[in-house]
Amino acid sequence: MAPSDVLVRERRVLTVSELTLAIKAALEDRLPAVWVEGEISNLRAPSSGHVYFTLKDDAAQLRCVLFRSRGRRVRFALEDGLQVLAFGGLDVYAGRGEYQLIVELIEPKGVGALGVAFEQLKKKLDAEGLFDPARKRPLPPFPRTIGIVTSPTGAALRDMLHIIGRRFAGLRVLVAPVRVQGEEAPRDIAAAIADLGEVPELDVVIVGRGGGSIEDLWAFNDERVARAIARCRVPVISAVGHETDVTIADFVADLRAPTPSGAAELVVREKLHVVRELAGLYERMTQAMRARLQRDRERALSLSRRRVLTDPGRTLAEWQRRVDDLAARLGLAARARHRHAAHRVAIATNTLSSLHPLARISQGVAVLTQLRSRLVAAGGVRVKASRHRFETSVGRLQSLSPLAVLGRGYSLTRLPSGAVVRSAADTAAGDAIEILLHEGALDARVEHVRKRDERHEV
Amino acid sequence: MSDIKFEDALQRLEQIVDQLETGKLSLEESLKVYEEGVGLARRCAGYLDAAEKRIELLTRDENGVLRTQALVLDEDEV
Repeated sequence: MAPSDVLVRERRVLTVSELTLAIKAALEDRLPAVWVEGEISNLRAPSSGHVYFTLKDDAAQLRCVLFRSRGRRVRFALEDGLQVLAFGGLDVYAGRGEYQLIVELIEPKGVGALGVAFEQLKKKLDAEGLFDPARKRPLPPFPRTIGIVTSPTGAALRDMLHIIGRRFAGLRVLVAPVRVQGEEAPRDIAAAIADLGEVPELDVVIVGRGGGSIEDLWAFNDERVARAIARCRVPVISAVGHETDVTIADFVADLRAPTPSGAAELVVREKLHVVRELAGLYERMTQAMRARLQRDRERALSLSRRRVLTDPGRTLAEWQRRVDDLAARLGLAARARHRHAAHRVAIATNTLSSLHPLARISQGVAVLTQLRSRLVAAGGVRVKASRHRFETSVGRLQSLSPLAVLGRGYSLTRLPSGAVVRSAADTAAGDAIEILLHEGALDARVEHVRKRDERHEV
Repeated sequence: MSDIKFEDALQRLEQIVDQLETGKLSLEESLKVYEEGVGLARRCAGYLDAAEKRIELLTRDENGVLRTQALVLDEDEV
């Protein structure tokens, strides 16, 4: 006789509560805690922080709740459609005649074992000090040869080459082709890193691949790869998958890039930085030189306006030193010009040539010529040797000389003493004079002196 | 020019800029260091551009010897 027949016959009636209690007791005794596998659906995460969902398979469904205190420990995002393993106890909710799984632990199906391996390796390498920030090397500031360990056919390589090529011509890229997923991948990658290390010119290595599933990226969680990175002679940048993917390689690498493209950016950015610094220095240097020459010019101009006419004797010696000094310096500048003309032309941009010191020097020559004529007129006493030196210097700068004004038809008249004739009154009839022309000179004699030229009277 | 010499050159260039900016040199000295600075800047720029753009594959041949060969990619890819 079946027990149910007895119950039916004896009409042993249970209240709903009694039955529910019996079910509750049975469930809790028989299944204190279980692992259950299924697909998440109907996921709800109200503001309480508790997460409600249903685990289902082909034929059945199970209500689940993940309380906030447990949910905080879950390191991946729960979402509908995800295959998971959940661990917990069953709870019967008498008020609604429902039962649910109180989830204590939950992990994505399939990654569970990998996840454990990941944590174990991470702990081990960390204990060895491989992740120590003190081990991290800075990127080379002047990279010229970049090694890339990745798949030769992947989009990641194309992206990296695109960025490097777009930004810089002067970079050599050595691609060490590897399989980036599958059984052989870790060995390939580790060997490629070691091979690149044998290239003496190598400055930096990028190791990476494009995005993929956790399994796809798994080679970069391999101990062989981690150790090859740690041993590498030059800094290594890891660039695995997307921003959110974290691998053991990222921990060991000297620098983690969010993506392969990001790694390429990092490498060329260093170089761009140096190029900009160099350009900045060049600009400052030229600017300083220009300001310097401008100051000298202004000083010379202000000197020329001073009281030499009112008190020539007192300042004559000072003037002489000044002129000699300036003449000597300009002579040097002129020689430097010849010596370096060729390479200056080669490197000068339009901007730079407008700032070139020679432009300032030619202004200096004009000032000097003016100084000279004033001195001649004012002092009347010249040390011939000094004047000779000065004129020689001016001669060297002939191409820049304002004496070119003679070419426009003006002429310069001098007395045998060398004094420039500025006024007809400086001469008398019968005096010998020298008239300097653009080409050649005339030795002449004054016929008649007109103190005023009526043609120019106003 | 090696990296170390490059850094030295860059440092010397910074020194020159400082000297010119403080303006304490004579005109003669200014011109001299300016010339030097121009030369240094040119050499540094040359160094940075020295490596020609090359993309190569690094592989081992059948004897296990490392070799490089040019990697040819479609123009529109790079």
